[in-house]
Amino acid sequence: MDFLTPPTWADALAIRAERPDAVPIAGGTDVMVELNFHRRRPGVLLDLTRIGDLTTWAMDGELLRIGAGVSYTRIIEELGDRLPGLAMASRTVGSPQIRNRGTVGGNLGSASPAGDAHPPLLAAGAQVELASVRGTRLVPIDEFFTGPKRSVLAPDELIAAVWVRPADGPEQFSKIGTRNAMVIAVSSFALALHPGRREVGTGIGSAAPTPRRAAEAELYAAGQLPWDTLAGLEPDVARRFGELVAAAASPIDDVRGTAAYRRHALAVLAQRTLTWAWRDLCG
Amino acid sequence: MGEFAFSSDLWADDMLWGATLRSPHPRARITGLDLGPALRIPGVYAVLTHEDVPGRRLYGLEHVDQPVLAADEVRYQGEPIVVVAADHPETARRAVAAIGITYEVLDPVTDPEAALHDDRAPRVHADRPNLLRHVPIRRGDPHAAAAVVVTGEYEVGMQDQAFLGPESGLAVPAEDGGIDLYIATQWLHVDQQQVAACLGLAADKVRLTLAGVGGAFGAREDLSMQVHACMLALRTGRPVKMVYGREESFFGHVHRHPARLRYEHGADADGRLVYVKARILLDGGAYASSSGAVVANAATLGVGPYDVPNVVMDAYGLYTNNPPCGAMRGFGAVQACFAYESQMDKLAAALGLDPVEVRVRNALHTGDRMPTGQVVEGPAPVAELLRLVQSKPPAGPADFPPGGTANTTHGEGVVRGVGYGIGIKNVCFSEGFDDYATARVRLELVGGRPAVLVHTAAAEVGQGLVTVQAQIVRTELGVDQVTIAPADTAVGSAGSSSASRQTYMTGGAVRAACQAIRTRLLDRTDGIPDGLRLVDGQVVDTDGTVVADIAELLGDEAIEETVQWRHRPTQALDPETGQGDAHVQYAFAAHRATVDVDLDLGLVKVVEIVTAQDVGKAVNPVAVTGQIHGGTAQGLGLALMEEIQLVDGKVRNPSFTDYLLPTIMDMPPMTVDVLELADPHSPYGLRGVGEPPTISSTPAVVAAIRAATGAALTRVPVRPEHIVGV
Repeated sequence: MDFLTPPTWADALAIRAERPDAVPIAGGTDVMVELNFHRRRPGVLLDLTRIGDLTTWAMDGELLRIGAGVSYTRIIEELGDRLPGLAMASRTVGSPQIRNRGTVGGNLGSASPAGDAHPPLLAAGAQVELASVRGTRLVPIDEFFTGPKRSVLAPDELIAAVWVRPADGPEQFSKIGTRNAMVIAVSSFALALHPGRREVGTGIGSAAPTPRRAAEAELYAAGQLPWDTLAGLEPDVARRFGELVAAAASPIDDVRGTAAYRRHALAVLAQRTLTWAWRDLCG
Repeated sequence: MGEFAFSSDLWADDMLWGATLRSPHPRARITGLDLGPALRIPGVYAVLTHEDVPGRRLYGLEHVDQPVLAADEVRYQGEPIVVVAADHPETARRAVAAIGITYEVLDPVTDPEAALHDDRAPRVHADRPNLLRHVPIRRGDPHAAAAVVVTGEYEVGMQDQAFLGPESGLAVPAEDGGIDLYIATQWLHVDQQQVAACLGLAADKVRLTLAGVGGAFGAREDLSMQVHACMLALRTGRPVKMVYGREESFFGHVHRHPARLRYEHGADADGRLVYVKARILLDGGAYASSSGAVVANAATLGVGPYDVPNVVMDAYGLYTNNPPCGAMRGFGAVQACFAYESQMDKLAAALGLDPVEVRVRNALHTGDRMPTGQVVEGPAPVAELLRLVQSKPPAGPADFPPGGTANTTHGEGVVRGVGYGIGIKNVCFSEGFDDYATARVRLELVGGRPAVLVHTAAAEVGQGLVTVQAQIVRTELGVDQVTIAPADTAVGSAGSSSASRQTYMTGGAVRAACQAIRTRLLDRTDGIPDGLRLVDGQVVDTDGTVVADIAELLGDEAIEETVQWRHRPTQALDPETGQGDAHVQYAFAAHRATVDVDLDLGLVKVVEIVTAQDVGKAVNPVAVTGQIHGGTAQGLGLALMEEIQLVDGKVRNPSFTDYLLPTIMDMPPMTVDVLELADPHSPYGLRGVGEPPTISSTPAVVAAIRAATGAALTRVPVRPEHIVGV
């Protein structure tokens, strides 16, 4: 196994184009587990940690561009005010050590249905910047995932950054685990309210082959929330929203939980997060 | 300051690395084996099968039934078939992957009920029935009737010891044709005996030295890679190191027996137990390991620390094609305790009594008889322990809600519950086993000052035995300079570091050796009266006046004593009635658990645990508290999350990603009360400490969840879906 440490992004893309057996590695919190469990023996490990640009973030117009190598810890500390939902999700990732190493770009690269960053990025309507020697493209996050641990990432592409609009309303993230820390999601849910355009964003984790939005629930809530009056949330609306979120999932039974429980829990989380977010909005 | 080298850190120049081919199937016939592709890989030095086992091809603690390497049939997923030695661990793994092997896959026997009853169920071992052991206990009137009857069926999942230091060791071939094995184990001599038999060598040609043990909890009582590494080293003439990875470790050791338990408790109108009828089924998996003793524990301790006049108890251990089960902290007492304590809560509810009150009314006292007829000697503070944990102030608010930092509730759905549990455990080996420990202690002048060297084969597995041995020497001989020699087989057996026995047994042996030395030393003080003590390197009389100097008395002549020390003998159980004085000592602990439960999501936060335990004498109070904290955490783990999940005999979660252990966010602050009620039979009056806290914390946590939710919760670990009922 070769271990290559390109000093620049251009070098990394060149290697990626030449070596289809290269596996990119950033924090290593997924890749190293796979190596240690002998699930993978890639021909090349492509170490992206020497590329300084990857670990920066900046506003670009109205959007935030977050380099793929920005760690969860930095999301929490540096972007918690602008991306509260993503920061809440980041706090639930592993242990402090894992949050120091793990990156949003790596999470997207693994494309696990249980990736904690995915639901808030879905709810916020993020875009993923993919790059190769052929050029750069932006993919809407809800078109990025194609199956369990699969994405539209081409064999010669690397994830460069995530583009996302800073929160323009309350955001929430909730995650179910069978212990109180350091746990992979049994199911998770992210919610973003966009009062300016009277829209609701959602993201479901660990309850379908890919992270996904609950589109019908989004439309329902957007139509039912009393945006004009900012009146209290009708319990029936919250409950129906929960049902629609649960209906949008297609969970399975596995070691972490049953499909029935996942669906049930999603309904509860959706109901609760909508209640909290609406309360935040109304002050 | 020093660094502790674990067995996985062992290193020898020129060493090779071993790796193991394991069966992917729970039950299959091996129909073809082609070692050629592995042998052709450069850097591979040996590829060995069952045909290469030089001596006995089977091993086992109670029954010699487990192949060193599978011959033509595999009986559980992960069973070793071929071992490889290569010059690099990755080469060894690739060689394993290159081996050509074909199987005829057979239907596994995975249901212990079917293994027991269904004559059509295949035999796991062709030469013997699937019933491994049946322990019946009959006491009093089997037809006794009672005013109040509660029944229940319970299930305990397969818990893993989950030690952090995986199985590992280094085998070094010696010039005399023998082998030196550096190994993390719990009992050097039982390893030595089995390894020597399998290698076809005399015991003195197989020398074991304890390597740094990264946790044990029972999982190192059986052999794992010991014989394999020795075979490879003898074949290649080079040192061979084997280290299991985390996933392999889940297949490399026995687990806690999963259990199905059916109980019927009958009581009078005041809640006093009239009878207990119980049937306990323990799944032993593919090989016997220590299942027989686990079954006996479940049976003999199966009604708990209660005075029950009439008992009909049947405990069974079965062979199946599930992973082998054997020793784990609590050893049969854990499974039974979850059931009988659940029953005591049911009984309390049926009578409208407080759960502690119903327990106190039935509490065992000194002089009462166990279901085996054995009289409980020494303190049995069952009622006192219960009242102690009950008397503590209620828990305050939780630091955070159920769900931890994952933002699942802002208080919605959260309710509190409190539950109690008390358990009983035997200390030391039972049923007439010749249980002894050996200690060699030497007192001599080093640099003109008295110094003591202690040599035992007792395994320090993290419990603090090295410190305890030194404490005992300093106490008995008044000598500050104490060295604990590395544990090895150059001295007699210490017995196992299990059954909460090693401070009792090796501590007892070290103490006895010190006392013999003391007698010989004081014999040199002719003319000085009795009642002398050894303090700070000096001999002092009853007034504290120095009458002699140890260094002067000792002179150039060392005093050495080797003592083989035994606890009082025990008896076998009557095979028909289960009567007999089978146990050495009983130990008790009680727990009170307070939980917050999110009713809508089924998530649990244990807010506080209060415990009280009688330890007879806290030889090392900090270590005792550590054992109580750790044992309680392991019991909490069984209550809430720790389970090896099986489907058709296959392990679904062999990793710490999905075999969940409690974190600091799951373990609450604890209040620990330690009682020191001396046992007249034991050294210093001490009582084994390690296991009782694991036994009663599980039912206490589950009782608290039941109190909060009203859910029946008849199975551990409790999962969120059991609480919300979807």
